[in-house]
Amino acid sequence: MAATLAKDELLAATLTKEELLKAYRIMKTIRVFEDRVHVEFATGKIPGFVHLYAGEEAVATGVCMHLGDSDVIGSTHRGHGHCIAKGVDVVGMMAEIYGKATGSCAGKGGSMHIADVSRGMMGANGIVGGGPPLACGAGLALKYKQNKGVSVAFFGDGGSNQGTTLESLNLASVWQLPVLFVAENNGYAESTGVKFNVPTPNISDRAAGFGMPGVTVNGNDFFAVYEAAGAAITRAREGKGPTLLECKTNRFYGHFEGDAMTYRAPGEVQKLREECDPLKIFAQKVTSTGQLAAADLAAIDKEVEALIDAAVAKAQAAPKPAAGELLTDVYISY
Amino acid sequence: MSREITYKEAINEALAQEMERDSTVIVMGEDNVGGHGSPGVLDAWGGVLGVTKGLYGKFGDRILDTPISESAFIGSAIGAATQGMRPVAEIMFVDFMGVCFDQILNQAAKFRYMFGGKAKTPVVIRTMYGAGFRAAAQHSQALYPIFTHVPGIKCVVPSSPYDVKGLLIQSIRDDDPVIFFEHKVLYSMKGEVPEESYTIPFGKANIVRKGKDVTIVAIGRMVHMATEAANKLAKEGVDCEIIDPRTTSPLDKVAILTSVGKTGKLVVVDESSPRCGMAADISAIVAQDAFDALTAPIAMVTPPHVPVPFSDSLEDSYIPNAAKVEAAVQSVVGHRVAAAAR
Repeated sequence: MAATLAKDELLAATLTKEELLKAYRIMKTIRVFEDRVHVEFATGKIPGFVHLYAGEEAVATGVCMHLGDSDVIGSTHRGHGHCIAKGVDVVGMMAEIYGKATGSCAGKGGSMHIADVSRGMMGANGIVGGGPPLACGAGLALKYKQNKGVSVAFFGDGGSNQGTTLESLNLASVWQLPVLFVAENNGYAESTGVKFNVPTPNISDRAAGFGMPGVTVNGNDFFAVYEAAGAAITRAREGKGPTLLECKTNRFYGHFEGDAMTYRAPGEVQKLREECDPLKIFAQKVTSTGQLAAADLAAIDKEVEALIDAAVAKAQAAPKPAAGELLTDVYISY
Repeated sequence: MSREITYKEAINEALAQEMERDSTVIVMGEDNVGGHGSPGVLDAWGGVLGVTKGLYGKFGDRILDTPISESAFIGSAIGAATQGMRPVAEIMFVDFMGVCFDQILNQAAKFRYMFGGKAKTPVVIRTMYGAGFRAAAQHSQALYPIFTHVPGIKCVVPSSPYDVKGLLIQSIRDDDPVIFFEHKVLYSMKGEVPEESYTIPFGKANIVRKGKDVTIVAIGRMVHMATEAANKLAKEGVDCEIIDPRTTSPLDKVAILTSVGKTGKLVVVDESSPRCGMAADISAIVAQDAFDALTAPIAMVTPPHVPVPFSDSLEDSYIPNAAKVEAAVQSVVGHRVAAAAR
């Protein structure tokens, strides 16, 4: 028996103007943040590896708009978008990416490990598939707390094949945990395409095998993600167990910064930026229906640019961690 | 009030007392209850060797059976720990740690450091270790050196019923990730254990036997090999001091160095494989920090660098025993610096 969300479970998105402005602000903040990190990384002043989320904004935003501080998310190496959508402070994030003492993780984690456990952000994760088991654990804790909280496990098309992810789908199902599994299918696992890595047309095809509903949506459309995520999160809050939500989307940048992307077709990214940009799609929808005015969006654009400018300036000016920080916080006590 | 119970019963008692005291303590593992989804009775097993039997009757859904998916459930225990729970999860045989090592190595161990001091992961992972059951290569290893090697993890290796109860209660109350190693051969060992709850601090060795001629550092079940050897050696006028570190991380270096400072001689007895094992680690620390106190080379008594064999005679020759400890002590106390040829 195929387990999919029935049409009538897909609630129509009835968003207020405030919610629409919030959604745009989150997506714009992610976009400007990532575009700016791309520029700054090329100057050589950002250490290590960064993996940019530009192009996928609708997924993090559409899901996290349904979440509060007591809900929990597990993320991936491409975690800046999840952090911003979950409410992690952008200034702290930028400082962390620069490895400064004022960073979200005191400069000790970097881009791949940005976390704010107090805001339910369990951390970006440098291990593909590292997040889903942790998200199951958060779901387990929320189940004991009986506070209708939910846990979200983000992973990619690459991570969808990792044993940890498949085990987590199974465990969440047999334990009936309040977890939403979000497969962000951007078509590439590093340099190999999803057609090579996944044998079925949709990652959501796997859901039936694990006894949970599975649905695939257009991940470039904030409203499609918001509707489907909302239904799944409601299910979880009502104790009806996990869902697998696949969002098909695109990343505009490489797997990591410095990736020449020769595995992509010539002109592919340009075409995606023109035809599949979630911010353009959102703006077109809300202005054509008159829900928002172009001026509303332009005002947000200006504020977000200023915020990111300030974040970069603060990050560049901030001190590096003190030498003694090398040895601190390995244990709580030893 | 102390009375004689087994090492296995002491573990069960520690779990029950902590679950009673703190509602955030949950227990999980393969067949930790036993019987879920099966037509017979629940609590059918209470753990593969019955260590967790009876907890389901007292605590219901605070003790969970898990599917055979260590990555998922060990990761879940770790994730739940970051969210306010105090899970005690089981890797049935430490040999299985390969299937879930990432969650321990790269997740639990590193959260506090990577997140700038802003995470707490109070998870305990209990696991069975050790040879002697003819369980062969994939069910008999002593892998605590691999975990000891990882900053951010604490490792506990109790050698007696008294220690196993106190150290498990301490582990559950500790706010860092702890791997708790239970020797399967010691499950049936009897010893005096107080009825009441108590803790034993980490990083504090037990001086099992005081002596002046040689320091023997012994870990886990090897404490008993060392004791047997020491009793025999005493009749030959060799007075051994036996130190049981109890925890390999943190390690009570002070107790070991103080003892070697007194005796000048060190024998390390450990069941873990010799390359990069605990014997090598402790020997290097002593060689570096107590070089001038040493009057003989350090002797390490370990298995050979081979997988654990199945056949009983081979397995018996694999495991360090009292005779091997005795021989090592004799070689160390009998050492004379060779006169240089002139």
